[in-house]
Amino acid sequence: MALQGATLFVAAALLPVFATAQTATQTATQTAAQEDLFRTTSEAGIRGGKLVIAQRSEPRTLNPVIAIDQNALGINARLQADLIHINRATQKTEPALARSWTVSKDGTVFTLKLRRGLRFSDGQPFDADDVLFSFQMYLDEKVHSSQRDLMIISGKAVKVEKLDAFTVRFTFPSPYSAAERVFDGLAILPRHLLEKDYQEGKIGQAWTLSTPPEKIAGLGAFRLKQVVPGDRVVLERNPYYWKVDGKGQRLPYLDELTFIVVPTQDAQVIRFQAGDSQIISSLSADNYATLEAEEKTRHFKMYDAGPGLEYNFLMFNLNSDTEGRLPEVARKQKWFRDVRFREAVSAAIDRASIIRLVYRNRAAALATHVSPGNKGWFDSSIAVPAHSVSHARDLLRAAGFSWKGDNTLIDSTGQPVEFTILVGSSNTQRAQIATLVQNDLKAVGISAHVVPMEIRSATDRVLNTHDYDAIVMGLVSGDADPTPDMNVLVSSGQTHLWHLGEKAPATPWEAELDELMQKQLVTLNYQQRKKIYDRVQEVLAQQLPMVYLASPDILVGAQENLGNFHPAIIEQYTFWNAEELFWHPPAGKK
Amino acid sequence: MNPQNSGRDSDSSLRSEFHTKFRLSWPIWFLVAVHAVIVLAGFVAPYSFETQEREHPYAPPTRLHFVDCAGKVHFRPFVYVTKAAENALDEYQQDCSQRAGIEFFPQGDRYTILGTFSSTRHLFGVPAPANLFLMGTDGFGRDQFSRLLYGGQVSLFAGFVAAVFSAFTGLLLGGIAGMYGGRLDDAAMRFAEVFITIPWFYLLIAVRAFLPLQISPVTAFLLVVSVIGIVGWSRPARLVRGVILSARERNFVLAARGFGASNTYLLRRHLMPLTFRVLLTQMVVLIPQFILAEVILSFLGLGIGEPFPSWGNMLAQAQQYHVLVSYWWMLLPGLAPVPVFLAYHSLAETLQERIKSNI
Repeated sequence: MALQGATLFVAAALLPVFATAQTATQTATQTAAQEDLFRTTSEAGIRGGKLVIAQRSEPRTLNPVIAIDQNALGINARLQADLIHINRATQKTEPALARSWTVSKDGTVFTLKLRRGLRFSDGQPFDADDVLFSFQMYLDEKVHSSQRDLMIISGKAVKVEKLDAFTVRFTFPSPYSAAERVFDGLAILPRHLLEKDYQEGKIGQAWTLSTPPEKIAGLGAFRLKQVVPGDRVVLERNPYYWKVDGKGQRLPYLDELTFIVVPTQDAQVIRFQAGDSQIISSLSADNYATLEAEEKTRHFKMYDAGPGLEYNFLMFNLNSDTEGRLPEVARKQKWFRDVRFREAVSAAIDRASIIRLVYRNRAAALATHVSPGNKGWFDSSIAVPAHSVSHARDLLRAAGFSWKGDNTLIDSTGQPVEFTILVGSSNTQRAQIATLVQNDLKAVGISAHVVPMEIRSATDRVLNTHDYDAIVMGLVSGDADPTPDMNVLVSSGQTHLWHLGEKAPATPWEAELDELMQKQLVTLNYQQRKKIYDRVQEVLAQQLPMVYLASPDILVGAQENLGNFHPAIIEQYTFWNAEELFWHPPAGKK
Repeated sequence: MNPQNSGRDSDSSLRSEFHTKFRLSWPIWFLVAVHAVIVLAGFVAPYSFETQEREHPYAPPTRLHFVDCAGKVHFRPFVYVTKAAENALDEYQQDCSQRAGIEFFPQGDRYTILGTFSSTRHLFGVPAPANLFLMGTDGFGRDQFSRLLYGGQVSLFAGFVAAVFSAFTGLLLGGIAGMYGGRLDDAAMRFAEVFITIPWFYLLIAVRAFLPLQISPVTAFLLVVSVIGIVGWSRPARLVRGVILSARERNFVLAARGFGASNTYLLRRHLMPLTFRVLLTQMVVLIPQFILAEVILSFLGLGIGEPFPSWGNMLAQAQQYHVLVSYWWMLLPGLAPVPVFLAYHSLAETLQERIKSNI
């Protein structure tokens, strides 16, 4: 089961802040008197052509204010633009609609200078009023925008003011280490098209899949051309887009970008092999191997972008509301709450086998939730727990467990140690992990029963009923920055999965985590933040509220003649730079 | 009478008798043999169903050799030790320097037969570090041949037990309905129709949702059997009812009734025996249907769970595209039911012909 971006920052990708206050390097050029354009540094391409990308399902909406599903976010990011953007390749922020910005010394006030002379895809001009209008919607409680959480710091909203037609000031209630990155993904929307809907309280119903394309506009590289429900969303080139390449050629290069609906990964592989789609992402290692064998004959190229931000783990139910209500679970929680038991389980699990058998060596074993792919925040000094049955037995013995003649582990009351491991039935890799874990635990006398379950039922048990013993699941960090993990790590977080609804930290180490995470939130210096976050990882590795297992590589593929294809480890892995993608002419042609 | 013709008739009759006997006997002996092997799976299989040889995921079927790498012929079959190729998960190379002959009755994983007899002695195997994967391995390096045998315990016996349950319930309810008629008959038959129309797939999902998470493999097995059996009793019931309805008007039954025989006596003494052949044929028809039902349920993840195998959950792995295109041996569990179904159908046909000829 994956809770994609199950954090406050589900919609936006936030990346590390490396400076406390800075003026962003201005790369924009003034190619025309009124247009303040952004000049890219990537390879200059050739105009024309179409690109087809397969998605698991159609977007639920085209309205960026309420969109939360990955399919909608992927398409909306092509239709819309943000003020400050995270470059997925460098993982650093770069100017977008804001040509530059300054930050006050205390890190609370951001003054953004907007690009002049830009137009929405319907030809209407863009200015500070559109920015104010967009943030008014995001901050409006009645709109229920998921982005609102990003703008609420310690219960207080960010203040947005217009200084002039092309200058906007954002005042944060307190220093906010991730402030600059908050702007990524927050689309600036056309006031002239949405103001009426907003004032009438109908913004939630605006820009659905049935809205005529001419009623939808944005500042993104593409604009909407056609929606065929359940089948495809077709985007066409935005002639007013504000980026140019090194030769001064206006982006995007592609004439059309089509998202087709292909519900399963296996079907996506077949469509990709057949040439129906030209990019494929989020591949399992097995399908990657299948496609890799055909690279030369079918003229596509496969890429392993390295470990992503997904982390898979075995988690025990440490909730406190089971006493009396779920006696069987409560009985087993006496084992689960003992850190020596969790440590023994961790030592008994052979992570190397998981990496090899489930991910074909295209994954990294984990000691904490931070994968080695997160280069800015990964603490390499924390070792991945070694697979050692004897160490696991020593820990269990020290915790008062013993073994019967047939190697069955029993607790101090003589009860056999037996529990269920839930796993989402639709995720083959996690089901395989559960089977390997089950087999490993048998070596220390623990009888674990793997229960594959429909993902919504399993999520309901974890989040609401708490009727489970343990679960193999995965989370995908919304960003490389530590802040998105607040919701999981802080005891009051909405996705503090192992113990939900804590009024106060249940354990001293959870209290320490709370304190550390709050501290990193207001620390603006990267080195100091890194030190704090290293301690967070240390506590997690010692206490193991989740037994961290593996982080799979981001595996993708594309037709070999697709230019500027640079897969990243942050969503959208393959087409984050769709405006720069272009088709190389066939060999022999100029 | 032409003696020549008479001799030819006699030959023909003998041939026909032999043919009929053979048609009846081969499926019986075949099924007995298959079921015996399945019951003795622990002994016949070289490995336990859950033993993971993690160095051998997706290993192809092990090649048995009589001729070694040097071209020398051996009378005892042997295998070579295989090792995974570097940087490849599923490519194996055989090491000509390490040969291992097939051994009979070697020591191996502990197993239990019918819950009583426990041993570590297997029918055949090869000494470590060699492996004998007659039907290759799955993604965890588990021997497919061993799992196929153990899986048969679930699939075949689920079908058999469910068919017995259905036939017994059908006999009871169909017999009562046919004998007493009237409202009782109407009620029983409408009840049977309700069961025919029940969407058993959704029923199973619903039943599974109500059960606690931690159900033992035995409970899962019984659940599958009960659902298949409960839903399947109505057809035999209607058949039995039809036989009883027609038989109760026959002269010998009327005569017995005239002599004061009670309904219970008539059912037990005269009518039920008439249904046995029909019911036996019906059971032989139902068993493969019920085996298939179990295979489908396990294929969809609603049967017995990991690590316990059944023919359905073994085949479920072939749902993955890469398995389908890369590892042909993973499809073998799909072929396992074919000879079994063939034998059951052949048996059913022969039994039906016998019933017709007797009538």
